[in-house]
Amino acid sequence: MNLILDIAWTHVRARVRQTGFAVAGVATGVGFSIMMASLMQGSQDDFTDRLVNTLPNVTVSDERRSPPPQPAATAYDAAEIHGLTPEARRRGIKNPLASMAALEAWLPGAVGPSVKVQAIIRYANHDIATNIIGIDPRRESMISDLPKQMRGATLNALFRATNAIVIGDRLSDKIGARIGANITLQTSEGARLNAQVVGFFHTGVRQLDESTAYVLTKTGQILSKQTGLINELRVRLREPMTSREVATRIENDTGYKSVSWQEANEDLITTFIIRNLIMYTVVGAILLVASFGTYNIISTITHEKARDIAIMKSLGLSEYTVRSIFVIEAMIIGFAGALAGFLLGYLLCLALGSIEIKNPFLDSDRLPLAYTYTHYLLAGAVALVSSVAAGYQPARKAARMHPVEIIRGAT
Amino acid sequence: MSAAAAKDTLAVAGAARMPLIEARNVTRILPGVVPTTLVHNIDLAIRENEFVAITGPSGSGKSSLLYLLGLLDLPTSGEVLMRGQETTNMAEEDRAHARLTMLGFVFQFHFLLPEFTVLENVTLPMRALGQLSASAMRTRGGDLLGSLGLGDHMNKRPDQLSGGQRQRVAVARALANEPPVILADEPTGSLDSKASEQVFEVLRDLVHKQGKTVVAVTHDLSMAARMDRQIELIDGAIVADKTINARG
Repeated sequence: MNLILDIAWTHVRARVRQTGFAVAGVATGVGFSIMMASLMQGSQDDFTDRLVNTLPNVTVSDERRSPPPQPAATAYDAAEIHGLTPEARRRGIKNPLASMAALEAWLPGAVGPSVKVQAIIRYANHDIATNIIGIDPRRESMISDLPKQMRGATLNALFRATNAIVIGDRLSDKIGARIGANITLQTSEGARLNAQVVGFFHTGVRQLDESTAYVLTKTGQILSKQTGLINELRVRLREPMTSREVATRIENDTGYKSVSWQEANEDLITTFIIRNLIMYTVVGAILLVASFGTYNIISTITHEKARDIAIMKSLGLSEYTVRSIFVIEAMIIGFAGALAGFLLGYLLCLALGSIEIKNPFLDSDRLPLAYTYTHYLLAGAVALVSSVAAGYQPARKAARMHPVEIIRGAT
Repeated sequence: MSAAAAKDTLAVAGAARMPLIEARNVTRILPGVVPTTLVHNIDLAIRENEFVAITGPSGSGKSSLLYLLGLLDLPTSGEVLMRGQETTNMAEEDRAHARLTMLGFVFQFHFLLPEFTVLENVTLPMRALGQLSASAMRTRGGDLLGSLGLGDHMNKRPDQLSGGQRQRVAVARALANEPPVILADEPTGSLDSKASEQVFEVLRDLVHKQGKTVVAVTHDLSMAARMDRQIELIDGAIVADKTINARG
């Protein structure tokens, strides 16, 4: 074995208890870091997956971010415009089939037309404000997971009854409607329609399950009192993380407001960033505290081994060699701590994953955990680096010891 | 200067039969509120195959002089030459390499590494130098220990040996890299008379049979009288330097 490694290993091995405590400190830091990272990442991934799978990646609506300029303002340098009458009817997306074809020609994914209407669902003395979305069930599997999220029926059940409707399971619980129930839909445009509940869906996103219902496109058009209206294009991309860029391009090309799922949930994504910042700060603090243990043990060893250091230097071992011995000792502690921490972290994750928790925001009764080697590598690397950093100062001090002073002191 | 370059220079200089170690007007003052002069204005030349005793009362600067000659300490003024090569301005790495190849140390206390076996202690300088294979190191370590009567103790820990045995292990370790000079600081100071005699004979044999140079600090004047040359220090200055047992 290499001389430096041999001496370092001998020192560490000779102090089993002290070394054990230092290793345990690092292992605890690494283990809890992995557990925290796994929990944070797991819950974030779980939530993101729900958002990505449940909502359209990009929603193109018939609105514009800023009103288009009035022709008079364009034609004349100075024009004062007042008394404009707002349009009562939604314009809808112009020539939606051509727009869809144009989008599908370049974007990597699928596009589906829909009609979105605000309505009040009335059933058994309950009045609930709801988003009614008129869809084409045959295209829906290409643009959302709704067909997979159906409960009690398939999405094709929308074809089996006149004015059929599929509602969220939480909405159904709220109003007490079961399959076959006849409910009344009332819109602000004055449309009133009796619809039959033909199925439920469950997305796992509370807001959607409580306040969304799906009907056929033509039913949606009847509710909005506009035949042929398509006021939303819903886009599903093969790479959901590119949604922001795709939305920007669609908006530039069409002029219609295009909202990516990231923009629609900007506040949540910001929260995730802050949450991750807090997590990494806490993890860093844990590992920093653990490195104090390494500093302590290396300082103790160099203090106890002052005479050996002096004799090694008198024999001709260089400062570099002596310093390397103690840095390697710190590395051994860091490495052993990281390995033990990997095991501890994995066991903590298993333990955490086995705890039953009722969470109103989650479907699962188990905490979502992410098992990824990145967390292990990151925690291990930080532990190793902090251990070496902690060991370097006492190692440097040891290497600079004047052998004569120690030899004289020893006598 | 690199370690290899330093070694080459020392070797070339050695070929010219210069003194092995030479101190020129060496003074060492310990800094402090009241600076302490350990040695002053020392002029001294140690030649090949000499058996030199440095004597003097406690606090006369014997050990300080030995540490200066052994490149463990730096003079405040003056210079120490090793085979004609000035060492005071050498880089720490080069001084360490010179200690590793040119010098062997034996201290009053054995200073063996307690966690290592006797053989591991002896092979430590060889491993630091890194010129021999592992098996060659073990063979050479075993031969050295065998020649000092410790062949049966190679795998023991230092704490399983007597004081005299430990000191002989320290001698074996000092000889590990075949240095031409052995510097011994009170090598028998912590031993009983029988063990002291054994260690003295080992040192004498190194000079008389192996052609080494031994410089030993000692309080024991009867032992010093049996060596070839005696240098006496008082208050950090050489007051006598005499050849007492000239060899043909």
